Amino acid sequence: MKKQVVSVLLTAAMTAGMLAGCGSSTASTSKSASAGSSSSSSTAASSSAASTSTAASSNSVASGSTEAVASTSGAAGVGEATGKYALVPKSAGNPFNEREASGFQDALKALGCSDDQIIVSYPDNPTADSQITVIQSLISQGVSSIAVAANDASALDAALKQASDAGIKVCTLDSDVDADYRSVFCNQAGVKEIAQALMDAVYDISGGSGEYAILSATSQATNQNAWIAAMKEIAESDSKYADLKLDEIAYGDDEAQKSTDQTQALLTKYPDLKVICSPTTVGIAAAAKVLQDQKSSVKLTGLGLPSEMKEYIGDDDSHSCPYMFLWNPIDLGALAAYTSVALVNGTITGAVGDTFTAGDLNDGNPYTITENSDKASEIILGQPFKFDPSNIEEWAEVY
Amino acid sequence: MNQKKSLWKIITGSREVSLLLILIVMLIIVQILSRGTFLTPTNIGQIFRNNALTMLMALGMLGVMLTAGIDISITSTLAFTGMIIGMLQKRAGFTNTFALFLLAALIGIACGFLNGLIISKGHLAPIICTMGFMYIWRGLAYVVSNNQWASGADVAKFAEFGKDGSVGPYIILIVAYVVFFIIMKWTTFGRRIYAVGSNADAARVSGINVDRVLIEVYTIMGLLAGLAGALSVSIYASAQPNMQYGKEMDVIAACVIGGTSMNGGRGSVIGTFLGALFYAVLAKALPLVGLDSIWQNLIKGVVVLAVVLINVLTQRTMDRAALERREM
Repeated sequence: MKKQVVSVLLTAAMTAGMLAGCGSSTASTSKSASAGSSSSSSTAASSSAASTSTAASSNSVASGSTEAVASTSGAAGVGEATGKYALVPKSAGNPFNEREASGFQDALKALGCSDDQIIVSYPDNPTADSQITVIQSLISQGVSSIAVAANDASALDAALKQASDAGIKVCTLDSDVDADYRSVFCNQAGVKEIAQALMDAVYDISGGSGEYAILSATSQATNQNAWIAAMKEIAESDSKYADLKLDEIAYGDDEAQKSTDQTQALLTKYPDLKVICSPTTVGIAAAAKVLQDQKSSVKLTGLGLPSEMKEYIGDDDSHSCPYMFLWNPIDLGALAAYTSVALVNGTITGAVGDTFTAGDLNDGNPYTITENSDKASEIILGQPFKFDPSNIEEWAEVY
Repeated sequence: MNQKKSLWKIITGSREVSLLLILIVMLIIVQILSRGTFLTPTNIGQIFRNNALTMLMALGMLGVMLTAGIDISITSTLAFTGMIIGMLQKRAGFTNTFALFLLAALIGIACGFLNGLIISKGHLAPIICTMGFMYIWRGLAYVVSNNQWASGADVAKFAEFGKDGSVGPYIILIVAYVVFFIIMKWTTFGRRIYAVGSNADAARVSGINVDRVLIEVYTIMGLLAGLAGALSVSIYASAQPNMQYGKEMDVIAACVIGGTSMNGGRGSVIGTFLGALFYAVLAKALPLVGLDSIWQNLIKGVVVLAVVLINVLTQRTMDRAALERREM
């Protein structure tokens, strides 16, 4: 009997191993498969991005004639792309990250890369742990560069140091790590610029005075915290914002359910609340739905995906969000691609003052590496882009 | 035996009553701390609406745990179903609310049936079998999503059902709880579930088809998880492949708080309802009482542990009392 039990347990454990292994491999193959298939759909998406952008803004993905642009402008282009370039997004199954990856892929293809020179490796979970696993496997694959959108400001340090030691060029995009462990950070928009835009939006929507609250993602999110800190600084430094009162910073952990709970709690706790500012895509969508469903007089702004927010953006009382901001994830991915190539070719080292052109990005004008408030080097993609009733329809088609 | 029970006896004599008392005490504390803003009709409605998924799935989990099993694949089933429902609306423009719910239920039934089949016929430990499916359904949810979300305008019509102010989610909850209460209390099927959980061998000897009962409870669990997937898309107007990630623990916690034993055979629909309600009130109350967000998880854990501990101690007193009575 005892032997039987033991053998059953062993069989169970083995089956579990197989099932678990099978399960996770299903997940990972599915991810790589979808990444592969998405590249075909992304070309369509980015061509529509290009056509939309002619109408809506000058933000567009480089679609060709990269060399020509590089040679006409004075600064150095990024050079030839002969290495293997890897991108580690924050998580799979998120349209923002998918667009970022498609921008990365398309920019490298425009530089003449073949498919096996471009590696997009999604982590299994949206955590730093999963990214470490991915980075380590990229190191053993011998890639030339890794561009990572960090899920944690410091947890990736050791893995990235290992990569640098192995001669791999490391840059970050979207969300940064400690400056010692990467060459340069591709910043979607300067922290100050974003904070200023959000603060001005709160000022404008509230009519210049009243109470507002912030609905963030997790309390450890690097980028969220940087924006919120900069918003507070701006609010304190300029007497223009003296009549605005920040009631609370709530954390919805980028979960629809928790963000909904937190938004409702804000409404109950602060009856005089005028504006909620949510600088995170999941948070702003959840809050927008709560406010619109309840026909609340509280208005919303922040950073959100146009396709998620289309229904909620409008100037009248039946819409909860007059306008919001974001940057173009396709362009951000492309900038990371050009930066990776430039780093690998030694066109730039990541030091402050280095310049290079990145295809059609920035209208073909060169980017200069600047220093942020923490004395770390960064490349700023551009100004945050405003989405309002006049352009939301077009952009909702793009991402 | 027929003497009038003292109040203390009534309190310590039933886990449901003691849990109800804890719940009332907590409500009073929260009501005071939130300066009277907690117990408003809107708020109470939101408590049920925001936790409808947990409350619904807790019923299925009760059935599973009564047979000494566990199902940790439920939120993956939820995500898989929700993602299919979402993508059908986004890509195929299929917007019949009733048909979508029906489809969600069918997908859920299929997922749950597989769990039950492998656990009963393959004699696999429930936690291991459902762990496998936890990865499989979640992985498939990502495949279905193909890096897209269905949200906002894509699911606008479907979201009317679960919108703030709509009675849809409440009706589903009420129907599910009433049906379960009746099944567990007054049907042979309900009795069989308890019998299998108390002592599977004895149940088998007395002519109960244990395998069939197991398949049935996991299938019901799948059905509820599938419905919860549709409900989630409807309530939050959003289908994302990572939805409700890790929330199966909330469902298990709700059952455990409600007095369901991990060893099977013990637990009730009312207890589960109170347990789920307790969890829901806690989730709603913590942000309201002015507690810093960072501390909320910690407090949640401490409170849950404390309640379960009190509950277990009550149970022990009950058992001892029952034993004494027998000896007399």
